[in-house]
Amino acid sequence: MSADHAHSFAAADALEETAAPAGGGAPAARARSDEVLLSVENVSLGFGGVKALTDVSFDIRKGEIRAIIGPNGAGKTSMLNCINGFYHPTEGRITFKGQTRPKMRPHEAAAGGIARTFQNVALFKGMSTLDNIMTGRSLKMRTNVFWQLVRFGPATREEVEHRRKVEDIIDFLQIQHIRKTPVGKLPYGLQKRVELGRALAMEPELLLLDEPMAGMNLEEKEDMSRFILDVNQEFGTTIALIEHDMGVVMDLSDRVVVLEYGRKIADGTPDEVKANQAVIDAYLGVPH
Amino acid sequence: MDLLSQIFVEPFALMVEMPDLLVQTLWEGFVSGVLYALIALGFVLIFKASGVFNFAQGIMVVFSALTLVGFYAMGVPAILALVLAIGVMFVLAWTVERVVLRPLVNQPDIILFMATFGLTYFLIGFGELVFGGEPKQMITDELFLPTGATEFDLGGGYVRIQHLDVAAAVIASIMIAVLGVFFSKTRIGRALRAVADSHKAALSVGISLNQIWVIVWFAAGVVALVTGIMWGARSDVSFALQIIALKALPVLILGGFTSIPGAIVGGLIIGLGEKIGEFYWGPVVGGGIETWFAYVIALIFLLFRPQGLFGEKIIERV
Repeated sequence: MSADHAHSFAAADALEETAAPAGGGAPAARARSDEVLLSVENVSLGFGGVKALTDVSFDIRKGEIRAIIGPNGAGKTSMLNCINGFYHPTEGRITFKGQTRPKMRPHEAAAGGIARTFQNVALFKGMSTLDNIMTGRSLKMRTNVFWQLVRFGPATREEVEHRRKVEDIIDFLQIQHIRKTPVGKLPYGLQKRVELGRALAMEPELLLLDEPMAGMNLEEKEDMSRFILDVNQEFGTTIALIEHDMGVVMDLSDRVVVLEYGRKIADGTPDEVKANQAVIDAYLGVPH
Repeated sequence: MDLLSQIFVEPFALMVEMPDLLVQTLWEGFVSGVLYALIALGFVLIFKASGVFNFAQGIMVVFSALTLVGFYAMGVPAILALVLAIGVMFVLAWTVERVVLRPLVNQPDIILFMATFGLTYFLIGFGELVFGGEPKQMITDELFLPTGATEFDLGGGYVRIQHLDVAAAVIASIMIAVLGVFFSKTRIGRALRAVADSHKAALSVGISLNQIWVIVWFAAGVVALVTGIMWGARSDVSFALQIIALKALPVLILGGFTSIPGAIVGGLIIGLGEKIGEFYWGPVVGGGIETWFAYVIALIFLLFRPQGLFGEKIIERV
């Protein structure tokens, strides 16, 4: 890909190149069904008097890339926090894989197959890239405390087996060279990639990405977009992402939901959303 | 001139002239070093997992030892009393997680630190209520800990080694080794370090904070119990014992708050340093070096190497 892409749509161009061999290239050609993986129904979230979310409903279909966009403070991250159990909605309900759990705790969400990354990278800074990604396997590892204590038999076998999976992810994300580096020392773009790796190690059914490209330069954005598409296509992982770069959002996602001041103002394909007057007003402002 | 000689010549001359005294002092320093390391280990475990300096570690030492002695006094056989005391430490860990830590998730570290103060005073009050305030004898014989001493000749004098001290050193070493491997090489160990670094990230990969906290507080409780038995056997089991926890502070500063090897080396340096210092250089200042030596070393370390000998390097990207 040429280096002279200067505008934000460059990342999207890069995507189409990589997507092409996988068959089709256009988002519409991607494998996905109409089956609903997660549905959010009339969710409201309040902290004391402040309403972060008001009566938001939308769904995420199996296999799609769903974008959540909106101006700052629209409640996007709060929405993700509700989905993975950091917050519990004050009203409404969230159904994942046909199950509704009113007070789902984060580790239960993780066990159910929801992985996520954070807006301001949340990694284990003192640990190496490898160990960070290994933590993503926590729930898949089953040997009990006793075997771990003696470090023998099942515990060792298990460690080796999971290590292999993690090495695959490291290869996939092309971060072999930083396997042993403490992540605190890595540049921001790579930290984001390690964080994605940790989420992938969980082999999630639903991957929540909170601004996966924030603070990245163009080249890093292109790489990250490619990884997101690859994850979606190769592993069939359903992805919900929050992103501010409109070029990226429009080209990556199958459907977009738009929030403003905690309310949903639009929901549809990228083209529909782009044409929606409420969305244009929200982003550009309306004359009073 | 006289002073210089007292500082730089006479102590070394004495070391060479009377090797038996030197060996005796080194041995005693080594034993108290191992015990300091054991106390520090209790702090390190909890600090690693929750970033909390657990002020209650000292009282946990006393409380666990009192529980053990208390059960025995009630007529429970010694070994069963030991098992029950371990059980009580588990209940304590579970309760602390439920009542103290869980409601304070995501609060600043200082809040959690203050909560451990509260826990300290609760355990003091509760301990006195249940077991009474008077000092008690540790049930050394009943736990099959060796008593007596061996003496052997060395360079004209003799060295006397308490069997109990040997047992203390061996047990402490095994304990430290097992915990060290467990927490650095296993899934739970990794989860523990993960929790220490970022609560929300640990939660997002499915690590249960609650479970990890119970595990580390329980581990710290067992370490406290072992420490309590060893120190209790050397003196008495009394509430005064909790101040030895303060000795762990310089050990931690020396070794690094997050490092198990650091706790060991730090403990040994402090233990050896203060015994040697007291015996050979004590007379110069009229004795009493033991009480402040550790803190002076800690102060020097804070100035020149604040992360300690083995602490995780403080990485700060700006």
